[in-house]
Amino acid sequence: MLNEKYFTISEIHDAYDRKEFTPTELTLDTLKAVKASQHNAYLSTLEDRAMAAAKSAEKIIAEHGKVPREKFPLLGIPLAIKDNLVIDGVRTTCASKMLENYVSPYTGTAVERLEKAGAVFIGKANMDEFAMGGSNENSAFGLVDHPTHPGYVPGGSSGGSATAVRARLCVAALGSDTGGSVRQPASYCGVVGLKPSYGLVSRYGLVAFASSLDQIGPLTNSVADAAILLGAMGGHDPKDSTSSPYALPDFTAELRKPMDWKGLRVGIPKEYFVDGFDPAVLSEVRAAIAWVEKQGAKLVDISLPNTPYAVSVYYIVAVSEASSNLARFDGVRFGVRPPDAMQVEDIADFFKRVRSNFGPEVKRRIILGTFALSSGYYDAYYRKACQVRRMIKDDFDRVFRECDVILGPVSPSTAFKHGEKNADPLKMYLNDILTIPCNLAGLPGMSVPCGTDNLGLPIGLQVIAPMFRDDLVLKVGHAFEKGYPTADRDQVKGKEV
Amino acid sequence: MALHPDWEVVIGLEIHTQLSTETKIFCGCLSKAPAGMTVAELGPNANTCPVCTAQPGALPVLNRKVVEYAMRAGYALNCEIRRHNVFSRKNYFYPDLPKGYQISQFDLPICEKGFIDIEFKKDGKESAKRIGVTRIHMEEDAGKNLHMDEFSLVNLNRACIPLIEIVSEPDMRSSEEAGAYMRTVYGIVTALGICDGNMQEGNFRCDANVSVMKKGSTKFGTRAEIKNVNSFRFVEKAIEYEIDRQIALIESGGKIVQETRLWDSAKNQTFSMRSKEEAHDYRYFPEPDLIPVNIDEAWAARVKASLPELPTQKKARYVSEFGLSNYDAGVLTSSPALTVFFEETLRLLGSDAKRLAKTVSNNLAGEISRLMNEDQIELSASRLLPEHVADAVRLVASSGISSTGAKTALGVAWKSGGKISAIVENEGLAQVSDTGALEKAVDEIIAANPGQTAEYRAGKEKLLGFFVGQTMKATGGKANPAMLQEIVKKKLSG
Repeated sequence: MLNEKYFTISEIHDAYDRKEFTPTELTLDTLKAVKASQHNAYLSTLEDRAMAAAKSAEKIIAEHGKVPREKFPLLGIPLAIKDNLVIDGVRTTCASKMLENYVSPYTGTAVERLEKAGAVFIGKANMDEFAMGGSNENSAFGLVDHPTHPGYVPGGSSGGSATAVRARLCVAALGSDTGGSVRQPASYCGVVGLKPSYGLVSRYGLVAFASSLDQIGPLTNSVADAAILLGAMGGHDPKDSTSSPYALPDFTAELRKPMDWKGLRVGIPKEYFVDGFDPAVLSEVRAAIAWVEKQGAKLVDISLPNTPYAVSVYYIVAVSEASSNLARFDGVRFGVRPPDAMQVEDIADFFKRVRSNFGPEVKRRIILGTFALSSGYYDAYYRKACQVRRMIKDDFDRVFRECDVILGPVSPSTAFKHGEKNADPLKMYLNDILTIPCNLAGLPGMSVPCGTDNLGLPIGLQVIAPMFRDDLVLKVGHAFEKGYPTADRDQVKGKEV
Repeated sequence: MALHPDWEVVIGLEIHTQLSTETKIFCGCLSKAPAGMTVAELGPNANTCPVCTAQPGALPVLNRKVVEYAMRAGYALNCEIRRHNVFSRKNYFYPDLPKGYQISQFDLPICEKGFIDIEFKKDGKESAKRIGVTRIHMEEDAGKNLHMDEFSLVNLNRACIPLIEIVSEPDMRSSEEAGAYMRTVYGIVTALGICDGNMQEGNFRCDANVSVMKKGSTKFGTRAEIKNVNSFRFVEKAIEYEIDRQIALIESGGKIVQETRLWDSAKNQTFSMRSKEEAHDYRYFPEPDLIPVNIDEAWAARVKASLPELPTQKKARYVSEFGLSNYDAGVLTSSPALTVFFEETLRLLGSDAKRLAKTVSNNLAGEISRLMNEDQIELSASRLLPEHVADAVRLVASSGISSTGAKTALGVAWKSGGKISAIVENEGLAQVSDTGALEKAVDEIIAANPGQTAEYRAGKEKLLGFFVGQTMKATGGKANPAMLQEIVKKKLSG
């Protein structure tokens, strides 16, 4: 199978240049692998669209004699798109019964830009319903199985995307990260996952969970691939008022420049290394940091004192926004109506019946958010949470005067077994403690594989940089990935861009 | 309305003004029907896009013009303009609200602390009063529900159309004051060019908050809110009904409940829509999809400088500059169409404008207003043009026609257009200013009335009018009155 032969975008483009195989062949093999797979990573496949894109890629390669990488950085590259990103004429379910039959009439900006860059969309990836969850067990269309360890969760909410990348069911994938939903599954599955700075990638076409936190991010086999995807889909979009007006740097060109470890100050937050975290995670991440120090980087002990409040703040701000964002699924314009919808007593009864179609986690969050915004509680919950959010951001602003990047774990644990945590929502929420702060502060953060536990379950190293220093996150991550010896990552190690 | 000498009435209005921007507030859809079409001709949901139909993943982008229009309203209503503006989400479920929330402004509205001066009749006398404007905020409109027997339909063409809500202080004490306030605000927003003023379409509508209290009391009574009234007359009638209802209820031992009521114009009464217990908790919070709008000094100054002369300023100027009566000046400034017509006529009159303004005004506030009322049409729907009025007024001034002749000529132009000179000729309206012809006519009248002639010559000078009248009648009203007077005098004394 061709999809098992090469890992990264540049390897595949080289193979296209050598006429070793064609985009059509790679696409067919990838689709075949998806059909044969038992992971449930995809909710739907887009055979016709994928084959048409592959054919057109072939034509472009034939015209140019090779892949015109500048103009088409993703030419003929099979991608998985998380099912909360809309494509014109394509079903977008958000893994919810509520949108079981929803076909979007337009294409979102990030997806549209990737398609213009030549990408081939294999299908829509499974996820936690409306991106709410950290294990992909909240999908209305079945859970996703871990790509290398059956019976384990792949993480979430972009569990389908991470699994598809690791299980070779695509070359790269798009996910969305509201509180860690790209980085945590990337860490659990042993792939690269980047949450860009808030505003770097347009949210137009991303079905909103929490608007002030959501960012679209790539899940890839290498940091260089993440740089290519970010470069292709990022940058200002007039359709998203919160999108950054700044021009994007050339991320790939940045990666080609040599890494100056000696000039790098690396912050190690003490709050990210505490008792109760999985010892394997702590020791693997410490080993990775020791290697970084050996390269000449200067380690700086820092403190982010408001970290313990991050989960509470997040689960007020995110659910408040969600309670409003999900109001449109009321059965009038969107949402599945119950068969007896015409027998309702009144409109309130109608709404009640329609909205029982949400899964339990979504219901829980809508109720929490509705409560936090209610008159009489707003000041104590929503307003207070916004104030503490500001303090968490101030923590970062302060420490970034002493260091250039922050390194730490992505998740307190490795992947867990199906059913292990979903009986206790609070336990599940606490699992997000190390990824949430980036979203609250708008910072770029990335998970790069750095080792495994004794069962072989992957562990990720998190790289965090100041706002709009996504280039630095990528640069540090790339240099680490290239040089750091991990048993799990032979394929990527030592690869040039 | 019954008289209630022991009671005091407290009224505050919230006026929803649809802004006449080219496009909607948060998307690129047109905010009105394209040229040559009416809104009704647009098919249901034809004027929509992913943003205004709230497709999952779509995002709002603020139309800058809306902020500018809101600022214009703010300056015209003497408000303070907020420099750092935030939009908020107002959350509630209703089938015409596709997002499940309305993007509006909550605790930080763009305009605050304004006022306007109104004029109204009180006990038959002209009165004036200053009404406070609490706030003006920007928001989007919802769609429209259409209820059939078995089901309902939703049309989202109106969703996302920009509105400003102008909230008054509870400063009004009668339905006349409320009507005058609403008319004055209407005059201002239409003169500013920010609202097309189409009240039938609901583009200018109001909610009235009404309460009553015993005279001398300082504590306001419990208020009822009358929603969505889209005519000046209906607002006055609804308020009058509501005052009677509330007073009758209290006097019979009942208690007013805080509630929302609707006006039924067929039955001439208000009825309850929902009580406070059923009121929504809107769960306002800052709209995370929009960034704050900062208005810098230069932008604010530019908008302020671009304000046109407002109706009240115009009215005062017409009185002082042209010597018009307060009433006529009020009529001419009551609608932008009439004002523009008046000023265009003056422009055509060039250097004669100042001298003839009063005659122009007499015709517009008199005959032409009468024709508008009679035919129940707008000025623009007639064939009458400023050229007609300018020509007619000039002809009167040069004695080419009498003022009665001018009225007749303008009446013809109103119906069928054409040139005033041609109308005067066709209708035979030209004034006789030929001395020979007039002398001959006077001679004939004197000859036919020897008795009166003798009486006049004996000193009964009152009879001058009789001879002028008879001659005028004989010439079919076309005699130049000033010349005629002279000739009659000369002949009788000769």
